[in-house]
Amino acid sequence: MALLGTRQRRNRAGSKPRRRGEPGPAHSEGRPPIVELRDATVVYPGGHVGLERVSLSVDRGEFAFVVGPTGCGKSTLIKMLIREVEAASGRVLIAGRDLERIPAGKVPMLRRRIGTVFQDFKLLPNRTVYDNVAYALQVIGAPRSEIRRQVPEILRLVGLQSKIHNYPDQLSGGEQQRVSIARSFVNHPPLLLADEPTGNLDPVTSIGIMQLLYRINRTGTTVLVVTHDREMVDKMRRRVIALEEGRLVRDQAGAGYTDESTTEFALRVRAEMGVGDEGHTNGDSTPGR
Amino acid sequence: MSRFTFFVSEAFRALRRQAAPSIAAIVTVGVTTLLVGVLIPVLRASESKNTEVREQIGLRVFLFADATKDDIKQVRGQIKGIDHVDGVDYISKQEAVQILKGRVEGDLKESLNELRGNPLPASFDVSLDDPDNLEAVQNDLQPAGPNGKPQPINPIIEEVNDARSETNQIREVTGDVQIYLVVIATLLLLASLLLIANTIRLSIYARRREVEVMRLVGATNWFIRWPFVVEGILVGLMGALIAIGVLWVGKVLVVDQLNSFALIDNFSTVSFAPLVLVLLGAAVVVSALGSGITLRRFLRI
Repeated sequence: MALLGTRQRRNRAGSKPRRRGEPGPAHSEGRPPIVELRDATVVYPGGHVGLERVSLSVDRGEFAFVVGPTGCGKSTLIKMLIREVEAASGRVLIAGRDLERIPAGKVPMLRRRIGTVFQDFKLLPNRTVYDNVAYALQVIGAPRSEIRRQVPEILRLVGLQSKIHNYPDQLSGGEQQRVSIARSFVNHPPLLLADEPTGNLDPVTSIGIMQLLYRINRTGTTVLVVTHDREMVDKMRRRVIALEEGRLVRDQAGAGYTDESTTEFALRVRAEMGVGDEGHTNGDSTPGR
Repeated sequence: MSRFTFFVSEAFRALRRQAAPSIAAIVTVGVTTLLVGVLIPVLRASESKNTEVREQIGLRVFLFADATKDDIKQVRGQIKGIDHVDGVDYISKQEAVQILKGRVEGDLKESLNELRGNPLPASFDVSLDDPDNLEAVQNDLQPAGPNGKPQPINPIIEEVNDARSETNQIREVTGDVQIYLVVIATLLLLASLLLIANTIRLSIYARRREVEVMRLVGATNWFIRWPFVVEGILVGLMGALIAIGVLWVGKVLVVDQLNSFALIDNFSTVSFAPLVLVLLGAAVVVSALGSGITLRRFLRI
């Protein structure tokens, strides 16, 4: 359970947090970066190279985008971080732990500490919103009392407290993605990976989802968003990691980053994109933290 | 405990969602268990009947009518000297008639009384330590003579009765019946195994989203596997319970009624409770095996 916990790792050469981009919350001092890649290379069966010698490091509390054209290795990066695929060479460290050294039986423990959100939501259609979120706690053996306490709380955070007993097909795309985010965050993992979270959503709804991810980031969680929504990336003014054909081509700190609240963020982005207030998802109107 | 209820409720949910293949598997398991449930008592009965018949088989050595007391003594000694001979009983002409009279009834008995003289030969009743040694003893009693034909060890012996064909037939028939039934049972067991495996495979396919989500949120491998194993075992248990119900009805309606007949008193060689336990156990083992095979092949975790 303590895979991504707070304990300190022995000091390794190069494992000192390298600051790229905007400063993360102050508590990341002296701890290994939450994600660290050193020349990580992924080769799929058949010889296709998914990632080639990618080195980067993401500090605790950061909010970063991973961008690039289709097939550039963005999804491979996510899969590698949750050890769906293994690096052929190089090293992948999560909170200082070398993924290669985690025995197969402990991989589920790693995944409990990493939230994942996908473009297609991956909700269970025959379960209600509540059950979908509760499912994530049930299958890791959480006690019932904890489930009863955590699920309504997280649904309030994503602004779906009024849709608790609805089924996924009764929700809009944005609401479904909120359920998916609630499910990935109900364990309060220190790292949240989002693979094209707004890929299926219209711009207005996308702002709401980004605001929610930002809100989660403000609680101290590192958020890594894979996207090809250029406009959104520009508006967010966060660190951008660009991949092309499996190689890291750009790692740019957030330009003009300001420490704004989530509400300020939403207002600013809406104004810049020239869209009005999002009417149908009530979650976006709740004040940010 | 909450995990256990989670597994069971997930398994039931899966069974309900794909009722048709589940019912097919349950019925097949039921038929198989039923057949095995009938087979076990039948095999036990035929086994005991077989040994019973074989135990009765001895050898009868008939003597010529002019055998003297010395001849009889000599032959008795010779027979006793043969390997595997357990006991030798002399049955005189008079005793032979008495035995015959005890077996026949009515008119035949009266006509026996009217007989003048005694047509029955004196004989030795030779019992063996094991029915399988019958041929060996027979060969020792009638070793091959110079012309190749069997020659009795004593000239006063008229005939050694040949029970060989009779015993072989009994042995062959019961053996064939057993093999036949076991082959059918094995095929049905295989069918049950595969149908359960198929049900689980469909279930894995139907629940691939659940499996995917479970993996993503970090459920352990066994937490993912257990609902499928439980589902397989539930199929097995339901099938077995149906079969046991049918067996019980059959026992009450048929076997218990027939038990008064001497012919099949063998049938109650197996009592019901242990049989039920064996069947339940077998069904659970088979279904767990069936799910296990599928999980290994189709559930990549």
